[in-house]
Amino acid sequence: MTVEVTRTDDGLRLARLDLFFVELLRQIPVSADPADSDAARERIYPVATTDPEANEDWRAYVHPELKQFFTTASDMVRVDLEKFEQLDDTNDNWAFEIPAEHFDQWLNVLNQARLALAARFEFQEKEMGQNGPRTIETVRDLSLFQVHFYGFLQECLLQDLAG
Amino acid sequence: MGNGETTVEKESSTETALDIPWNVVVHNDPVNLMTYVTMVFQRVFGYSKDRAQKHMLEVHQKGRSIVWTGVREPAESYVEQLQAYLLLATLEKAQ
Repeated sequence: MTVEVTRTDDGLRLARLDLFFVELLRQIPVSADPADSDAARERIYPVATTDPEANEDWRAYVHPELKQFFTTASDMVRVDLEKFEQLDDTNDNWAFEIPAEHFDQWLNVLNQARLALAARFEFQEKEMGQNGPRTIETVRDLSLFQVHFYGFLQECLLQDLAG
Repeated sequence: MGNGETTVEKESSTETALDIPWNVVVHNDPVNLMTYVTMVFQRVFGYSKDRAQKHMLEVHQKGRSIVWTGVREPAESYVEQLQAYLLLATLEKAQ
C-alpha cells in the first residue's frame, strides 16, 4: 500500500493510489452523511446549552444553517472526487488532486466523516490515539482505518495551510 | 409620553439581561486533531498561535476550555462558527 502526497502549484496531489484507496476517498462524502445514525447526527449537530428551550431554538434556527454549510462543502468534495486519473493499465496507479481553493471544504468534510464514523462505531480515545488497526477484518476495523487515513489527509492539508 | 418612559425602562432591563457575560466553552473530543483545533481558534477569534495552542491544550488536558467571554449575541455567533468547524462548543452563563 502506497500513497504519494505532493504539493503542486494547483493543490495537493495524491498519486500511486490503488483501488482500495480510491474507494476510501470516494467514501468521504458518504461517510460524512450522518443520516443513518442518531449518534452521528447528534455529534454533527450538537446543541448549544443546557436549557431545553434555548436548544429548541438552536435546532430550529442554527442547525438548518449548519446543514446548508456542510452540504455545500460536501457537494464540492463530491465534484472534485469525479476527477480521478488512471495513469496506466494497472489498477494500482491512480492519481487525484485536491484543488488549493477547496482545502477548507475538504478539511470540513474530512472532519465530518471522521466524527460521524467515530460516533457510529463508538471509537474510544485509545483507538483514536493509536496508528490505526493492525489488521482489517471487520467493518469496524475498516472504519477505524478510514478515520486514521482521513486524519492523515487533514494533517497534510493543515501543514499546507500553516505555510 | 408616560408609556414611552415605561418602554425605555423595559429596554433598559432587557439590555441588562443581555449584558450578563456568557462563556463560549469548547469541550474535548477524541477525534478532532490538535493542529485543527488550534487553527480553528486562530481563525474564529484571531488568537495568536501561542494563545490558540494554550486553549487547545486546556481542552485536551482538562476536557474543556473557556475560549471567549462576553455578551450573549456574539457568544452565540462564536458557538455557531465553532460548530461549523465541528468543534463541540457550548454557551454558558459566566459565574
